[in-house]
Amino acid sequence: MKALLRNMILAPALLAAVVPVHAGDSGHITLASTTSTEASGLFGHIIPKFREATGIHVRVVAVGTGQAFEIGRRGDADIVLVHDTIGEEAFVEQGYAAERRDVMYNDFILVGPSPDPAGVAGAHSVRDAVRRIADGEHPFTSRGDDSGTHRAERGLWKDAGIEPAGHWYRELGSGMGATLNTAAAMDAYVYVDRATWIAFGNRQNLELLFEGDEAMFNQYGSLPLSTDRHPHLKHDKARKWHEWLLSDEGQEAIAGYALRGQQLFFPNAR
Amino acid sequence: MENAFLAAFRLIVEMDPVLVGIVTLSLQVSLTAVLLASAIALPLGAAIALWRFPGRGAVIVFLNALMGLPPVVAGLMVYLLLSRAGPLGEFGLLFTPTAMVIAQMVLILPIVAALSRQVIEELWEEYREQLQSLGVTRLRAIPTLLWDARFSLVTVVLAGFGRASAEVGAVLIVGGNISGVTRVMTTAIALETSMGNLALALGLGIILLLLVATVNGLAYVIGETARRRLG
Repeated sequence: MKALLRNMILAPALLAAVVPVHAGDSGHITLASTTSTEASGLFGHIIPKFREATGIHVRVVAVGTGQAFEIGRRGDADIVLVHDTIGEEAFVEQGYAAERRDVMYNDFILVGPSPDPAGVAGAHSVRDAVRRIADGEHPFTSRGDDSGTHRAERGLWKDAGIEPAGHWYRELGSGMGATLNTAAAMDAYVYVDRATWIAFGNRQNLELLFEGDEAMFNQYGSLPLSTDRHPHLKHDKARKWHEWLLSDEGQEAIAGYALRGQQLFFPNAR
Repeated sequence: MENAFLAAFRLIVEMDPVLVGIVTLSLQVSLTAVLLASAIALPLGAAIALWRFPGRGAVIVFLNALMGLPPVVAGLMVYLLLSRAGPLGEFGLLFTPTAMVIAQMVLILPIVAALSRQVIEELWEEYREQLQSLGVTRLRAIPTLLWDARFSLVTVVLAGFGRASAEVGAVLIVGGNISGVTRVMTTAIALETSMGNLALALGLGIILLLLVATVNGLAYVIGETARRRLG
């Protein structure tokens, strides 16, 4: 059965390879990253600069941080760029990544309907803000997809000592953009990374209500995968990308990206 | 809504090279998938129609059920198969157009096989005595039956093409929606929606509909011309 399956899948695969659907692919790496970096347009700005410097094409697969880890674990990408420092450190510890380096940061913000029924805009801290939402049981849309943003949001509730549950807390299991579309449609509060928010085009009643708390810091890290675990990967090229991101040139490229007059990511390579 | 039509109109008029690339890839992937799947599924459907074997009923029910296979499930199966950690990992096909062709084939194959089985079985009832009196074996009868049923089978193949060009779940998982490499119409629509560019997303949707309508229109014109020529 397995052999049959193999033939059934392979014969057409070989045929398909003859048909020119394959883009010319010498010198590329696959980068598993988050939707926020892709949807904000950052990659569209920095990848051409990297290609100019090295001739290497970077193919971005933009998914949630949880799925990006899974892609890395299975060896389906050459390198990972995500935003969940605790998860990233565990990823290195488990031996999937060779190392983890800080690349850049931005921050999360609390967005909600403009009348702000929970009074989030007047909160003293982000803990206070989420407590106000929970106390009033105002609709809150959560990513619910184990992404970096979802992990950060769960951390907020935990810090505030709240177990979010009930009809007001809506776990969508969706990407950032889909969650924002839903929040806009149901006038709900939502925790979002600033880059996606600035790039987002369907805000309707939503507006930025709370920002600036240190707890809302959003750090991105670059993780080249383990050479031992996945010898087949393009480690040399991936390493070039990793080092370019951390170099002055790469850091300047990140700082130089602005959308609607605002800088979206702040380089902080260490 | 009017913004969407405006967006679609502008995209078509401007012939944006990125859009042209996405449209070309969409057509390449879906047409390749439908051709390869049909090459397997049409004879398969005919064989199931003609031969009687134990468990035949179960095979037919299974094929019919697979017509409703959710694209995400098909995508996930192909993902696990092609992933580096999977049985076909060493070919490095994940996140390539080839992977997308395979995933769409998995979706189309049951549709074309199940529907062509139906068509051929009905035709076989009609032809059976005549063909058998001429001493034609079942194996020999297959090409004849497929040829005589070709007009109905074109519709069957188009149903497969419609499924392939409309689905997003499978190609998103196995293709990765990589800009310029594996981004097709449906995944581009999903991406623009997630960025809140709803008018642009709907505009792309209108273009996709026009494309599918064009392919169907071409098939119709070719079929009608052939039918008329044959009298």
